[in-house]
Amino acid sequence: MSSPIRSLRDSGVIIWRQLIQLPRIPEVLIFALIQPVMFVLLFRYVFGGAIQTPGESYVNYLMPGIFAQTVAFGAVASGIGLAEDLRRGIIDRFRSLPMSRSAVLVGRTVSDLVRNAAVVAVMMGVGLLVGFRPSGSVGAIILAFALLFLTSFAFSWIGVVIALSLKTVEAVQSAGFIWLFPLTFASSAFVPTDSMPSWLQGFAVNQPFTVVVNAVRALFLAQPVGTLVWQALAWMIGITAVMIPLATRQYRRRTG
Amino acid sequence: MTDIAVRAEGVSKSFGKTLALRNIDLEVPRGIVFGLLGPNGSGKSTTVRILATLLQPDTGIATVDGIDVVKHPDKVRQRIGLAGQYAAVDEYLTGRENLVMFGRLSGMSKSDARARADELLHQFDLADAADRVSKGYSGGMRRRLDLASSLMARPPILFLDEPTTGLDPRSRLALWQTIQGLVTDGITVLLTTQYLEEADRLAQRIAVLDKGDVIAVGSPGELKARVGGESVEVAVVRPADLDTATRILAASASEAPRVDVERNRVIAAVADGAAAMARVSGAIAEAGIATEDLALRRPTLDEVFLSLTGHTAEDEDEEPAA
Ligand SMILES: Nc1ncnc2c1ncn2[C@@H]1O[C@H](COP(=O)(O)OP(=O)(O)OP(=O)(O)O)[C@@H](O)[C@H]1O
Ligand SMILES: [Mg+2]
Repeated sequence: MSSPIRSLRDSGVIIWRQLIQLPRIPEVLIFALIQPVMFVLLFRYVFGGAIQTPGESYVNYLMPGIFAQTVAFGAVASGIGLAEDLRRGIIDRFRSLPMSRSAVLVGRTVSDLVRNAAVVAVMMGVGLLVGFRPSGSVGAIILAFALLFLTSFAFSWIGVVIALSLKTVEAVQSAGFIWLFPLTFASSAFVPTDSMPSWLQGFAVNQPFTVVVNAVRALFLAQPVGTLVWQALAWMIGITAVMIPLATRQYRRRTG
Repeated sequence: MTDIAVRAEGVSKSFGKTLALRNIDLEVPRGIVFGLLGPNGSGKSTTVRILATLLQPDTGIATVDGIDVVKHPDKVRQRIGLAGQYAAVDEYLTGRENLVMFGRLSGMSKSDARARADELLHQFDLADAADRVSKGYSGGMRRRLDLASSLMARPPILFLDEPTTGLDPRSRLALWQTIQGLVTDGITVLLTTQYLEEADRLAQRIAVLDKGDVIAVGSPGELKARVGGESVEVAVVRPADLDTATRILAASASEAPRVDVERNRVIAAVADGAAAMARVSGAIAEAGIATEDLALRRPTLDEVFLSLTGHTAEDEDEEPAA
């Protein structure tokens, strides 16, 4: 069998493996949901009243940020899943088989994308319940979801690189939050960046997560998009393009 | 096809400052069970991992079916099955799903993988549990599923790293029979173990590993002979019979018997185990001596180590377990 076909087939088997696991480990899905739901409730009803978002209701401002944060935090789950597989020795068994080398990582990131899509769909429902009313066209909203899924994929690869660089599952878990908290909070996801002190604004305005949030928000809310979508695409494709070879190299080194 | 299934020549491997393997040579003839015997940390898993293409050796050459494990790992992977030291099955998949997954990843078609999974589930007595998630399996079931997973693609060469560690005596016995059955089917098995008894029972050839060195290779009989072989031990009921028992033993022994007056015991090394045992027990009965114990004793791994290296196996484990 030629190697690209083999590689697709093996990735398909790994994706199948991960997806049939999902309903059997309900904790994973529940935790993936509890956190964004809590953030929605917290920001919508506790902090929301104090946050000024000119021209939009706060809930409309908030939900695109929540979607983006949800897919970004999926990176932690990707990392933990891979770290668990490494610890349990199942990766060793995979490596003793004549299977495609890329399938383990591709299978993981793609199946995590499917999981994230399901979680975002539920969050969309939660948003509608608490008053989120997107005004963008159907095409724009589809594009917004596509951008979120690309972000999910890119961030999963970051999670994979981290998992391959650290020794224990616990370290992978902690490390995930260390980079994701600053990235998602020092951004435009929850509050407009112009309310931040200027030293922080410099970072918050230009970092990729803000770019994604702004693009997704503009698409959902029928705001002028300008080059935002292109910038977000460039960032996410760029991150993926850097992380895949890095992950592949780390995987070889870790398991060499 | 060569008649050597697995070969290692001058293979060394270090982890940082730890020298895990020092220039080891191994030759595993086709169609037998080859036992790699050694205590904790002696390098058993490292050897298996190198042969199974999971680790690259620092020096030396290792081949499987004549194929270099470093140069052509993919070709080697088509010929081997591996059951590592810790059962590596997916605990959130059922037994059947695990087997089908590993079969598919070995390149089998969906229908082949399903048929083979069915066959193995029956062979390994897992048919009833086939559609249960393996998280709920007992240790023995998990081991069997692990072994079955390594057999999906019918590999001619099988690596088993401590296959029976952690099993209760009954499961161990069952697994021994399974492994013997595999060899009857023509598979070459390289297994590691910490138990002389296990190697003795299963393997036709044994290599003894000590701190990364192969310190002895041979058939179980040869190894035991090098260790002084077997001895006969007699415990008498009446202390007055101890002298007579000692004289009887001396007549069959290869060296002077040792007497333990406090425990009314006498023990002597014998050259011809079972025959000596028969002579001694005949003579004891004839003399009308009541015995508490009359046994043929085989050397333990510790005694093998003591006589091969001058230190016991326990000395080895300097580092705390990871
Ligand atoms: N990945 C690793 N990193 C560092 N040291 C290692 C690694 N793997 C093995 N070692 C060391 O190499 C030596 C040989 O280890 P190995 O696992 O091969 O022994 P073993 O005979 O399989 O022992 P056990 O019976 O405990 O499984 C030990 O000192 C061990 O600590
Ligand atoms: Mg070991």
